[in-house]
Order: sequence, then structure tokens, then C-alpha cells
Amino acid sequence: MFRFLVRRTLGALLILLIISALTFVLFYVAPRDPARAACGKLCTPQTLALVRHNLGISDPLPVQYWHWLVGVFAGRDYTGLGHCPAPCLGYSFTNHEPVLGLITDRFPTTLSLSIGSAVVFVVFGVGTGMIAAVKQGKALDKIASSASLVGSSLQIYIVGVVAMYYLSDEWHLLPRPQDSAGFTQDPSAWFKGLLLPWLVLALIFTANYTRMTRSQLVETLSEDYVRTARAKGLSRRTVFFRFAWRGAMGPIVTILGLDIGYLLGGAIITEETFGLHGIGALSIKAVRDNDLPLLLGVVLTAAAAIVVANIVVDAVYALIDPRIRLA
Amino acid sequence: MNTPFLSVRDLRVAFSTEDGVVRAVDGLSFDLAQGSTLGIVGESGSGKSVTSMAILGLHDREHTDVDGEILLDGKDLLTATERELERLRGNTMSMIFQDALASLSPFHTVGRQIGETYRKHTGASRHEARARSVEMLRRVGIPQPDLRVDDYPHQFSGGMRQRAMIAMALVCDPQLLIADEPTTALDVTVQAQIMDLLKDLQQEFGTAIVFITHDLGVIANIADDVLVMYGGRCVERGTRNQVLRTPQHPYTWGLLGSMPSLDGPVDVPLSPIPGLPPSLLNPPSGCRFHPRCAFAEKVHGGLCATDSPPLEINGGGRGTACHLTAEQRRDFFVDYATPQPN
Repeated sequence: MFRFLVRRTLGALLILLIISALTFVLFYVAPRDPARAACGKLCTPQTLALVRHNLGISDPLPVQYWHWLVGVFAGRDYTGLGHCPAPCLGYSFTNHEPVLGLITDRFPTTLSLSIGSAVVFVVFGVGTGMIAAVKQGKALDKIASSASLVGSSLQIYIVGVVAMYYLSDEWHLLPRPQDSAGFTQDPSAWFKGLLLPWLVLALIFTANYTRMTRSQLVETLSEDYVRTARAKGLSRRTVFFRFAWRGAMGPIVTILGLDIGYLLGGAIITEETFGLHGIGALSIKAVRDNDLPLLLGVVLTAAAAIVVANIVVDAVYALIDPRIRLA
Repeated sequence: MNTPFLSVRDLRVAFSTEDGVVRAVDGLSFDLAQGSTLGIVGESGSGKSVTSMAILGLHDREHTDVDGEILLDGKDLLTATERELERLRGNTMSMIFQDALASLSPFHTVGRQIGETYRKHTGASRHEARARSVEMLRRVGIPQPDLRVDDYPHQFSGGMRQRAMIAMALVCDPQLLIADEPTTALDVTVQAQIMDLLKDLQQEFGTAIVFITHDLGVIANIADDVLVMYGGRCVERGTRNQVLRTPQHPYTWGLLGSMPSLDGPVDVPLSPIPGLPPSLLNPPSGCRFHPRCAFAEKVHGGLCATDSPPLEINGGGRGTACHLTAEQRRDFFVDYATPQPN
């Protein structure tokens, strides 16, 4: 397991390196000049050149990338802004705040949003999927299956807006979503501010987990080893959880890991819909402002979330299924 | 014959499917005494496995109708509650399956799977169950059982998996063992070892065995009594020697004719049974074998297509379900069994 983790971590670093380089290149392919935006309305060629120098974008591309990389691993000095200790992701072009600080500032919102909704959709999705699998072909199964089909066709920018309008503004059932100081500062405000986004996100994701849990369980329940377990005299319940569920878990954990990784990377549309200020909102800002350091920061955060989620999924999968361990 | 340990009376199993009702077993009866072996032979879809699932009560209760009587040591299994059946399964009656790799859980060690049965029925501790698993693995001939007990099934070879499965089935010293094609997926040498193992264990524990197979060679090796099934019905039964040496039913002749013989002339072609096993959704009228039977036209009045022949049992449980007269059978079998070199 240790060797596996080392190998995967090295692989992950390589992936992040490639992604950062690609982002760099793509940023300069776009025919917009970030210096012009930073320069403001009264921009003379002289000030533009100065801004360009200060932003560090007058150097050739590979040199810039090298400086950025060195900054990440060893820290970097900026004229006028001072030393930025490693891991340094640079300073935002637009407001000269350290990118790392911006990201760590926003990350708790995204983390709360993702993990909170994941708890809701896993509990409901897997729960209804299990019931549907046990009651195969009965009314309950049919209701769960068709409801999940409807659920998976919903879009957050419609459901979210409709839910906010009716549930918060019209009927006052749930508080309007808002940023909070964080779980540790004020748990009650944190919970109230995120409840509606959790439920709406869960509504959309639950469907997928219901369908997946159901189909996986239907498959494993017909496996030979489940029959053997029954032939040994084990009860239906024991066989269901110890054998069938164990077999169904792998694919569910895989998708769950990827979904959480995706959500952690910034649920852009979700955050925009609910007016929350997490990584997703930050990425929109970075793109709008042509802010390369910030853009690199959020892209790497998203990529790291997905890469880490993948490693965790693989490790968990190996715990579930011994056949993976030795391969 | 002492009182049978397992007694099946007029067993009927029908599944309701979307296309209609499938009568997988249609009036099957047999007895099995303690310590003896009954071989059930037949093609795929003849109702062999369905019978074994019905005995264990593992059929899908919602879509299956089971009628008749299955008495295990005097207790009717068809009226038993699920809890009673759970107490019997793995304990008094147990089963080994064909594909040991698919039938063992890939997620648990072999030792845990064997010990699990033991703990369920004896309430033994984890530690005792493990010791028992090692002992059972040793008894079925797994080398270094104290090490292999912590292996997973995929780390075992095919033959070892089947041995582990047998260890799991016998861990509670069951009085009835149902073996559903336990050697079919194995190569011939391993097959022979497994058969020997089963015979040794049967001698040691006095287990009654129902041995299900499509392989007459295997039957000749292990069975005391033989029951030949076709289309969900018993077409012929008797002792091993009666059924294999002097078969009375054209279907049994066909089965024997499809097997190569080691002591006959080598240039005799095999004579497979023409046609396909019958659809149980819409079985042939009369005798279910008649569309494939070379002798149906010899029966007076075309009876085979209209009337189902009853299973006529004479002394000692010998029986055949065929419209041919005893005389005809004797004559035809002599013709049929005489090698025709080409």
C-alpha cells in the first residue's frame, strides 16, 4: 500500500505539472493583454510597459513558467510586493493579493458545499437504491427508478433558482443561501446558509446514486457467491450486507470519489446560482479579469482535488476488493 | 432398505416468467438413505439443479411454485419457515456448486468463509472457527492449511477452490450433501481426486450425497443409485448397474451412445441424440422425449405423442417411463448396443 501511494503521488505531481504548463500556454494563446486590463482607463504606452514589467509578463513564456515553478517550490521575491514564501502561487494581477491566500480563504465554502451535499445524496441515493434493489419490480422500485430519471434530468440553474424563489422568498421554509464565517465560527449560520444548496445539489446527484446502487445490487444479488452464502444458512440480511453490498460498493465509491473531486474543484454553476463565494466564483473572476496567477491557482486546485480523489478511490477500492490489492 | 433420510415425493417446481409458466420439475420422486449416493443425470434444463435448489429452499419464492413433499429426516422442508431452513442449511444439509471461483466470495478469505458457516451453526468463537477451518482444509488435502487459510479464493488453483468449497460444505458434518456438477469445471485428474475425496469423506461421516451431473462416467464412479431426468421428469431409475448395464429407456441409450467407450472398437462413431432438449415453457405433448426418440413410431397407436408414459416402478425401485413393451426394449437395446463398425 505504501509503495502504491508513493507511486500515485509522484504521478499526481506530474499531472499537475503538465496541467500548469498547459494553462500557461493556453493563457497566452488567448489574444487578450492582461496588462491592458490592469492598467486602467488612462493608459499610456509607458505605463502599460511598466505594468507589464511589474506583472512579470514581459519575459518570454518559458522563463515566466520557470519563475512560477521556482516560486511554488522555493518561494519568490516580487518587486514592490515583497517575498512570497513557498509554496508561492504568485500575486493576483488585479488586486495584488497572494493567490494562495485567496484560495485558502475561499476553499472552506466549497468544501462545506461539497461534503455537505455529498452526505445528503449518498444517504438518500444509496438508501433508496438499496430499497429499490430489495423490492425489485415492485411499486416502490418503479417509483424510485422513475423519480431518479426525473432527478437526473434536472439542471441546477433552473432548480436552484426555482427553489430559492419558492422555498426561501415565497414560503419562507428555508433560509436564503449565503456565505458564512465558517463552521468553526458560527455553526448555526453555516448550516442555515448552506442547507438549500445542499438539498438542491443532492436532489440532482441522488438520482444517479439511486440508479447506480440499484443496478449494482441487482447484479451482485444474483452472483453465485451470494447464493452460496444463503446455502450456508446465513440470513438474508447478513448476506445482503456482508456479500451483496460489499460487491456493489466498489463502483459506487469510484463515482462518489470523482463527484466529490469535481465538486471540490469548484461547482461553478452552483456557486453562481446561489451567490456563494467559493473556488467556483473565484475561477469566474480569474477568467473575467485575465488574471493568470489566480487562474493557475484555481485550475490547479480543481485538478488537485480530482487527482487526490482518484488516489483515495483507488486506495479504498483496494481495501474493498482484495483482488485489486495484488495486481 | 432402512427409512430414507431424504424423501422427495411428487415434486413440482414451476416458475412464472413473462412468457408463461415454466414447469422445470414435473412430478419427481426419489428416496435417499443415509450414507448412500444418488446420481441425478440429465442434459441442461432437465430440472436437476432446480430440484437441488428446491430442497435447500433457495428458489425465488415470489416467482416459483413448489408442490409436493420434501422430507428430510421426517421433516417437511416445503412447509418449514425461513428460520428453520436457515438452521438446516450448511448444518444438516449443505451444497457444493459447479464454479467454485464464482461461488466463493472474492472479498473474504477462504478461512473466514469456512469458519463463518461453523460459527453460525455452533456459536463458536472466531478463534475456534479459525482452528476448525484449518482442520477442514487439512482434511480436504490442502497443503500448508495454516498458511492457506488466510488466502483469498483467487489465490487458490481450481482444484484447491473446489476442495475449499467441500471443506466449507462439510464443516458442520452435514448428513446430506448436494453436489451440483462439482467436477464439471475441473480437468480430469483433478476431477478424479475430488471424487476420491468425496468418497473418503462420505465413508468417514456417513453423509448422504445427491450428486448432480451430466457425465455418466462420473456417475459410474460414485453413485449407488441413478436417476435419469428428461424435461423435468424422471425417465429411468435404478441401481447404478441396472441403469448403466441394462438401460431400459431410449433416452438413456442415447446418453450411453454419446459416450466414447474405451474397451469397444475404436472406429465406432459416437451416436449423439438428435435434436435439442425440450422447451419447458411449451413442452412436447405425451412423452417429452418422443420428438427425438428413434423408437416412437414402434409404439402402437402413436401413443408417445399423446400420452405421457407413467413411471412404472417394479421391485427395488427400478423404474422406466416408456411406452415400449419390455420385449421391444430388450430387442431394440440389443440392436442399439451392438457395435456397428463402419
